[in-house]
Amino acid sequence: MADQSHSKPIHHQEYEKKQHREEMKQQVLTFGLMILFTIIAFGMVIFEVNSYFIIPTLIILAVVQVAFQLYYFMHMKNKGHDMVAVMMYGGAAVAALTIITFTSIIWW
Amino acid sequence: MSTAVAQKRGLGAVIWDYLTTVDHKKIAHLYLVSGGLFFLIGGLEAMIIRIQLMKPDNDFISAGLYNEMITMHGTTMIFLAAMPLIFAIMNAVVPLQIGARDVAFPFLNSLGFWLFLFGGLLLNVSWFTGGAPDAGWTNYAPLSTTSPGHGVDYYVMGLQISGAGTLIGGINFLVTIVNMRAPGMTYMRMPLFTWSVFVTSTLILFAFPALTVGLFLMMFDRMFGSAFFDVGLGGNAIIWEHLFWIFGHPEVYILILPLFGAFSDIFSTFSKKRLFGYSAMVFATVLIGFLGFMVWAHHMFTVGMGPIANSIFAVATMAIAVPTGIKIFNWLFTMWGGQIRMTAAMLWSIAFIPSFTIGGMTGVMLAAAAADFQYHDTYFVVGHFHYVIVGGVAFGLFASLHYWWPKMFGKVLNEKLGKLAFWPFFIGFHLTFFIQHFLGLMGMPRRYWVFLEGQGLATGNLISTIGAFLMAIGTIIFLINIVYTAVKEKKADADPWEHGRTLEWAIPSPPPHYNFVQTPLVRGLDPLWVEKMDGKEGMTPAEPLGDIHMPNASILPFTISLGTFIAGFGFIYQVDDPIWLIAVFAGMGLTLGSMLTRSLKDDLGHHIHKEELEEDIKKGVGK
Repeated sequence: MADQSHSKPIHHQEYEKKQHREEMKQQVLTFGLMILFTIIAFGMVIFEVNSYFIIPTLIILAVVQVAFQLYYFMHMKNKGHDMVAVMMYGGAAVAALTIITFTSIIWW
Repeated sequence: MSTAVAQKRGLGAVIWDYLTTVDHKKIAHLYLVSGGLFFLIGGLEAMIIRIQLMKPDNDFISAGLYNEMITMHGTTMIFLAAMPLIFAIMNAVVPLQIGARDVAFPFLNSLGFWLFLFGGLLLNVSWFTGGAPDAGWTNYAPLSTTSPGHGVDYYVMGLQISGAGTLIGGINFLVTIVNMRAPGMTYMRMPLFTWSVFVTSTLILFAFPALTVGLFLMMFDRMFGSAFFDVGLGGNAIIWEHLFWIFGHPEVYILILPLFGAFSDIFSTFSKKRLFGYSAMVFATVLIGFLGFMVWAHHMFTVGMGPIANSIFAVATMAIAVPTGIKIFNWLFTMWGGQIRMTAAMLWSIAFIPSFTIGGMTGVMLAAAAADFQYHDTYFVVGHFHYVIVGGVAFGLFASLHYWWPKMFGKVLNEKLGKLAFWPFFIGFHLTFFIQHFLGLMGMPRRYWVFLEGQGLATGNLISTIGAFLMAIGTIIFLINIVYTAVKEKKADADPWEHGRTLEWAIPSPPPHYNFVQTPLVRGLDPLWVEKMDGKEGMTPAEPLGDIHMPNASILPFTISLGTFIAGFGFIYQVDDPIWLIAVFAGMGLTLGSMLTRSLKDDLGHHIHKEELEEDIKKGVGK
């Protein structure tokens, strides 16, 4: 992960270059998908699709976008991000619990 | 820069040093002194409460002042005494236990402290400006939203500011423990105190935002005319209760878990044994932290959540007794067959076990939702939570202070005086609170200003008050001990308990400001003990002797926090007169200006050079 490639042997450099190319490809692909999702989202609203369909679809698209953002652009898919993942899922769980309580106990 | 050079400095220089310090050891001193001060204030309030309840129909203080006393006693003890005292121990010990030279964000560490202090000061200023908060430490709406005067506004602003400081501190320790452990110190080799601080910091990270949100809603309701909690305008008062307890229940685990960790280290050291069931202890700590988020509504069984919600929260609450039980048994097994030394720290720790277990047992009783309808808001509850908070947190703080005092101040607290302080406090504690369970079962409600004659409550309350005085005597002896030790006791060795097991005992007491001359190599659980068993003098270094990079001191954390303090007054009083908005703008200007300065000005820290380190080693720092 550290960029000290100048001090590494040639074959290692090549390996890292290949890794970077792979990474770049994934990022461009994800970026394209995210733009596509955004167009779909806006499109559905512009063309006034039935709201029972729009709302869940939008939520699903949003969740996928957040996952793309975290895993591909913020590198959570790479090694050494276990603690980050634990903390984020922990926080999300606590937040979800709060929302569930509010909707089920207070405002049912 | 080397602190090993003992030189006389002026008082002004010392004060400036502490105002600007980013050294975790000095920040620990700051937390200890200010937390100790608030502890005495909170204790004084407790004494006034107990004097008022000494006899039936007493009129020692007025009803309104009594409400302010109970509110400020609870708020002060939880937020301004227990939390900072725990942060004092965390700051003093955690970086040393993991072999680090400071916390991950020294600047933020200082900021966290000053925010806490200014928040606490703001809260206590209310005594002199026409009335302290009087809606109880839980500050339930609508009592709080309709409370006249500015008392509750001080509560909201004070806790918001000090809460921000705590959140910063929690994140700082998370990052420190994740990233700054010495080579070889895997998660499962961390001392249990560090483990529990890690879990505690996670709880702070997840729990405090709920308080922040709740306080913001309360602030808007009281200052800007919103109606989140106003039923008349379509709000809902129960929202405050939920938000408060979503924060408040994890908060009690935030208080107790670090001390569970401290007890584990103390039991292991003074039994000269490895902690029994280390991995089970870690598991139990994590499990308590996890379950701590699932149980908040057991504070609200009587608000009418319905039988299903009540049952779920009752069962979840009872489940916590399992990991806690694991811990109690592991401590007992650690002592079993050990070479036990009855030091003052050990005395407090051993006294903790039965005291806390009683508190835990009444906790399970309260968790039974159907029975809770009888106990709710009686002195039974007061007895219960004082058994866990005093019997757990206060005993733990005394034990930790005795144990780590040499590491913090370079001298071992006098053992005789330490034990002399223990007995009146211990006996007084049980006298004060044990009887309160029965007062509660007899129907004495909590938070009442007076009780009547001829209801059989007089004797119990008198006993309780006598106990409170004994606790005060114990505390005073402890304070005398601090002064006596500072004046009379001789300097402590690196490992004053002789059987030190963890990394902090491998370096001098007090440590040089860079802590470790060379980062140590950790070869197992209880790293110093591992080396001792191999017949070595100290730790094996993990790096060659070289320059050490240290952060620079800065006054900016102080000015950032001072700004919020000034703005706090502005927010509170702009309701009466818009001219106070000047204070809001001036305060926020100072805060944001200081932040901007911090962002724009490069501060790369300084180096301690190899030559200086070699000098220090000659004086015996490195060993």
